Amino acid sequence: MGMTITEKILAAHSGRDTVVPGEIVNAKLDLIVCHDVTTPPAVSMLKKLGINKVFDPSKILVTPDHFVPNKDIKSAELSKQLREWRIEQKIERYYEIGNHGICHAIAPEQGHVLPGQTIVCGDSHTTTMGALGTFATGVGSTDLAAALATGELWFKTPESMLFELNGDLPFGVYSKDIILYIISKIGVDGARYKAMEYRGSGLKSLTMEARFTITNMAIEAGGKSGIMPADSIAEDYVKARTKEPYTIYGSDEDANYSDRHTINIDQLEPMVALPSLPSNGRFIGEIERTKMDQVYIGSCTNGRIEDLRIAAQIFKGHKVADGTRAIVVPATTEVWKMAMREGLLEIFADAGCVVSTATCGACLGGFMGVLGAEETCLSTTNRNFVGRMGSPKSKVYLASPATAAATAITGTITDPREFLKASAQAAAA
Amino acid sequence: MASRKHEAYSKHSIETSNKTRFVMAELPTNLKGFAHVYERAHINTDEIIPARYLNVHEEAELAKYAMEDIDPEFVKRVRPGDFVIAGENFGCGSSREHAIWALRGAGIKVVIAANYSRIFFRNAINNGFLAIECAGAVGIVKGGDELELDLLAGKLRNLSNGQEATFVPISDFARELIEDGGLLPHIQKKAAKA
Ligand code: SF4
Repeated sequence: MGMTITEKILAAHSGRDTVVPGEIVNAKLDLIVCHDVTTPPAVSMLKKLGINKVFDPSKILVTPDHFVPNKDIKSAELSKQLREWRIEQKIERYYEIGNHGICHAIAPEQGHVLPGQTIVCGDSHTTTMGALGTFATGVGSTDLAAALATGELWFKTPESMLFELNGDLPFGVYSKDIILYIISKIGVDGARYKAMEYRGSGLKSLTMEARFTITNMAIEAGGKSGIMPADSIAEDYVKARTKEPYTIYGSDEDANYSDRHTINIDQLEPMVALPSLPSNGRFIGEIERTKMDQVYIGSCTNGRIEDLRIAAQIFKGHKVADGTRAIVVPATTEVWKMAMREGLLEIFADAGCVVSTATCGACLGGFMGVLGAEETCLSTTNRNFVGRMGSPKSKVYLASPATAAATAITGTITDPREFLKASAQAAAA
Repeated sequence: MASRKHEAYSKHSIETSNKTRFVMAELPTNLKGFAHVYERAHINTDEIIPARYLNVHEEAELAKYAMEDIDPEFVKRVRPGDFVIAGENFGCGSSREHAIWALRGAGIKVVIAANYSRIFFRNAINNGFLAIECAGAVGIVKGGDELELDLLAGKLRNLSNGQEATFVPISDFARELIEDGGLLPHIQKKAAKA
């Protein structure tokens, strides 16, 4: 029986020739990513147990991201604990405020993620990094503590689900629309415990940045991981960032999948997930033009440079509607700098958007755009749960950066193609 | 609410630092507690403990806000040893272990859900916290009922109405972790043996 990429990576990291779904393995970890919310409790646990040294500082990456620049005294204490710990442990891969970024965006961007690796982070969106052909999954603080102490962790080998993406994305439709569509079909527990593996001609038409958006939201379907085979697009991305060697794994022809889905991405339209589950996705033509009090463009899902470029293309020459606020949050400092050099920040500012430094910010209701009761927000983030971005009485809608920008301009949920056509015509004229 | 007569857990518990950890020498057959029922599917960790409280991680502090966004009365009602009964995919969303700590800090001894998101379940057993998969639980329990859990037999009894539900007893692997008091004591034990 053949194996999937996921099974091959887990087998190779646990000293076995084969593994089968359900089998519990103890896998060696190649990278452990740490942020300011879930790492301090792990550090406290290790201290309490008298474990004073991490297994290997060179395999750890630390970046404060959730509540930075610190939103209050308590979060400042968390960042401080993180900072002191990384100095004490001599962890060199550290991104201090000013170089920082959202962990799932900065780790691949700065060349720390390689095909064939095993990666954990105390964060459910660790799945993002699977787009580079990596087994990456989210864990809690106890797992993180065990990982930091020993460099390995137990995993139940997941079953894999195959998603075959066919065709090219139509005009005005983006990878966010693909993943919102998939989650709307399989539900928020449709991939519970499973690895969501993608392949097909449709994948070839997606840049790395677009792919990260898809693997980012594996957890919104309950997935343990999202994974894509590392092809030439992935290799180009990695080679531009690091000289480290890596191993590419591919699924065998006769690998076993618990489910197979074919998605004709050329048939898709912009999607919006209605409150309060990511699985409430609808084609934009099927929903009302609901009024939005706020639009939020950012997060580990859609805060990369391509996301900001498309948003800026739509905002150019327009203003944010009266009665709506628009907040743009680049995912990393590097994205912020690129946006500055390319003139995107000026376009956002002229349109009347607020542009923040990189942070998780309001994605999890932390700060930088928290919602009040009864307020509505169309957001490029990944969760629209009750209370996720603020008041439990607020309402969050999920969509692509293009849909978000178009919505900010009109103040109601708007099909981005209306604006994209006009901007394409203006460019051609 | 029914009168409360909680079992003494002393024989199953030890004190570690300032927290009470339930470390079981053997799986108990008569855990008793009162039910808090959330039958809806997909109760997520943002609902169990909202992110605005993640700037701390002390159990006692987190406990004050447990379930705040879906059940503001929960923290007033909950007593040590109580059970949470829930529907499918309990604990989905964010990986925050704070969800376990908030529930445990509030006094919850066991969660019994139809099934779990993988990270919540993993966090539970890593903490030596009981998370039981029992599809029939929501059907036989209403809020305030007194329950008895037999972990060895895989049986949940509703002492208030006499009904019963069965569940697949926890796996050997999970049991080993729970019996050791969680993942960290477990790996320490393994390291000491090696
Ligand atoms: S941006 Fe949002 S989803 Fe991503 S890591 Fe931060 S809080 Fe989590």
